[in-house]
Amino acid sequence: MPNLEHPAYPAADLLRLESLVPCRESQVSMLLSVFGERQHFSFPSIFIYGHTSSGKTYVMQTLLTTLQLPHVFVNCVEYFTSRLLLEEILIQLQSCSGTEQTSPVHCDTLNDFVRLFKQAVASQELQDQTIYIVLDRAEQLREMEANILPAFLRLQELTDRNVTVVLLSEIVWELFRPNVGCFEPFTMYFPDYSIGHLQKILSQNHPPEYSADFYAAYINILLGVFYMVCRDLKELRHLAALNFAKYCEPVVRGEANERDTRKLWKNIEPHLKKAMQTVYLREISSSQWERLQHDGGEPGQLKGLSAHTHVELPYYSKFLLIAAYLASYNPVRTDKRFFLKHHGKIRKTNFMKKHEKTSNHLLGPKPFPLDRLLAILYSIVDNRVAPTANIFSQITSLVTLQLLSMVGQNDQLDGPRYKCTVSLDFIRAIAR
Amino acid sequence: QPRHLLELLRRTTVHGESNSALVIGPRGSGKTTLLNHVLKDLKEMKQVRENLLEKPFLPGLLQTNDKVALKEITRQLQLENVVGDKVFGSFAENLAFLLEALRKGNRTSSCPILFVLDEFDLFVHHKNQTLLYNLFDISQSAQTPVTVIGLTCRQDILELLEKRVKSRFSHRQIYLMNSFDFKQYIKIFKKQLSLPAEFPDESFAQKWNNNVQHLSEDKTVQDVLQKLFHHSKDLRSLHLLLMLAVSAVTVHHPLLTAADLQEASRQHSTDSKANIVHGLSVLEICLIIAMKHLNEVYDGEPFNFQMVYNEFQKFIQRKAHSMYNFEKPVVMKAFEHLLQLELVQPLERPSARAQREFLLLRLLLDSSQIMEALQLYPNCPTDVKQWAASSLSWL
Repeated sequence: MPNLEHPAYPAADLLRLESLVPCRESQVSMLLSVFGERQHFSFPSIFIYGHTSSGKTYVMQTLLTTLQLPHVFVNCVEYFTSRLLLEEILIQLQSCSGTEQTSPVHCDTLNDFVRLFKQAVASQELQDQTIYIVLDRAEQLREMEANILPAFLRLQELTDRNVTVVLLSEIVWELFRPNVGCFEPFTMYFPDYSIGHLQKILSQNHPPEYSADFYAAYINILLGVFYMVCRDLKELRHLAALNFAKYCEPVVRGEANERDTRKLWKNIEPHLKKAMQTVYLREISSSQWERLQHDGGEPGQLKGLSAHTHVELPYYSKFLLIAAYLASYNPVRTDKRFFLKHHGKIRKTNFMKKHEKTSNHLLGPKPFPLDRLLAILYSIVDNRVAPTANIFSQITSLVTLQLLSMVGQNDQLDGPRYKCTVSLDFIRAIAR
Repeated sequence: QPRHLLELLRRTTVHGESNSALVIGPRGSGKTTLLNHVLKDLKEMKQVRENLLEKPFLPGLLQTNDKVALKEITRQLQLENVVGDKVFGSFAENLAFLLEALRKGNRTSSCPILFVLDEFDLFVHHKNQTLLYNLFDISQSAQTPVTVIGLTCRQDILELLEKRVKSRFSHRQIYLMNSFDFKQYIKIFKKQLSLPAEFPDESFAQKWNNNVQHLSEDKTVQDVLQKLFHHSKDLRSLHLLLMLAVSAVTVHHPLLTAADLQEASRQHSTDSKANIVHGLSVLEICLIIAMKHLNEVYDGEPFNFQMVYNEFQKFIQRKAHSMYNFEKPVVMKAFEHLLQLELVQPLERPSARAQREFLLLRLLLDSSQIMEALQLYPNCPTDVKQWAASSLSWL
């Protein structure tokens, strides 16, 4: 039973369209009613916003190609300067109007663009129909020259032709508006998919060997683990595809049949939790993950991208790093107390009381001079350390590894100042 | 006001006077429409038809610098073949040559030219304001009758002009304000929606116009219009609303109803940020609530990721039963998603040297927006909701 009805377009097309865009019928019908028939004038500009992978690009493309409306589809990240963008639009228009030759187009400014656009539209087939220019990732338009965005919003008025510009973006319109104001577009929201919708969409691409119910149960489990963290359709689809093989393992091995949900759940649950830390964070690539699953080994030695634990540092470097961490995060007053054998009491001044709440751990590392680093180093290392060039070169190599960072200019009179850029967990891992 | 402009233009074309004027008004108050209307009237006046009136129309958005503008003028005055390969020393020479050429084209007298500069404030930002200087110069020096009309939405446009340009400008300003009240607004609404008399299907036009009359007296419709009127008086938003409502009209549903208008109004005025918050995952919502609490405690000072993570940990340890304690990198990824959606904005551009966790940021959502969005959020765990509503009495 087709939900989308429109007198101008054949029902067969609409039916096919509906099957391609599940859970988005209301948005498509709204778009159809706004577009009207082929030759109707529509809003000069439409702004569609919605979450990541809520289907904006997909629905627009499917709609325009299924109904065969003349359109130009440009991604603003790919064509990031105004010249590239304008030339690409003109090139696509040429192919749209069916002319055989594609002459090289040279278009520098918007003025030329308007002129060439009027010429390109003058061909016969495009004469009556509305042309849609779809700009994806439209937030990049803000970074280009200042007149591009307002000009596109008014393109219908400037060229005096039947054209509608559609902008797709994740960011709300209020952040787009230029300071002096502009021609307001018609804003439309693509709501995010609810958990029922996600289930429906994800269950659609089940592999043919297993039944739909089995796959639906798997998706249910997956959503139960990941839904709190991430609602992104693309990510969930990626995770579903990667982990399905592991899920089916008990069935394949013959230990459980398809309906034995408890056993399947016990098998897959630790696996999914591990996946959250690794594949979801893109620490390891999906091919590494699949290999790991295949070997079935305990992934204790996962070499993730940010696992620094396998960075081997020489003995003194470790102490240097720990000393740097202490220097960054402890205020100078407390040095005397921690590092000297005989320390006096520290009087809590008024100043300290006011600032007790914001601990240094929250604010980030503070820079410290080289002398302080060496002083702390001497006090934490048991045996005597001579200040040889070795130590200094190790400091420099730590800077190159970006475990320390140099603060300030090269020619400071007091000596170089550094800042420690690693976290407590890393230090703890090193200290073992 | 149209009479004023009309008079001005008539004097240029008939008597050969040079003039300049600025039409100033907020966005959507109908400056371009006014100008087109006046020009149409002008063309119909008999005396004008005898004189040729050339009209280069220069939209400011397209002319990014003076060279482009000059080329456009050349093109619109159809003088390309005259200019040919000549190289001009300065801008003024170029313009003088163009006008000279026009004069020779019409043998008897010089032909009046009307320059229309849309988005006048953009021309002001060109280098040295050469185009403006030359145009105003010519309009003062009485060689060719030239009128320059600028349209702009900035009230302070005169301060932006350079001294030499300002002195040549005749300081004639026409202000357009949306100064109608609600009754007139309703009349405009009726007029916009009614079908004109030339509509081919007579009976349908009659039915439609009756329906419009009926609608304009309906209380709910008046409420909708009142809300829009209070928000912004300009006619563009009215157009948007009406177009949205009219697009719901189909063969099955031929007449506009009050429900259509209400639906259109509801769509028009949804809070877009609340919509975005609706789509976030529970972890991201928790981060936003943590940021809200930080804002309350520290009175709006910027915070960084480490502080937010700390707040989140406090919540998990003390109060949460339904939230699993996620690892720090997972929380970081959720946080970066919020950054990408521009719900939080860094105070300065993130450099390669500073660590990501300590970058200072601000939240771009108001706490009332957050609370409202939470009400609408589907399947929100109750302890998260209670945490949001709680004050920091347990600190």
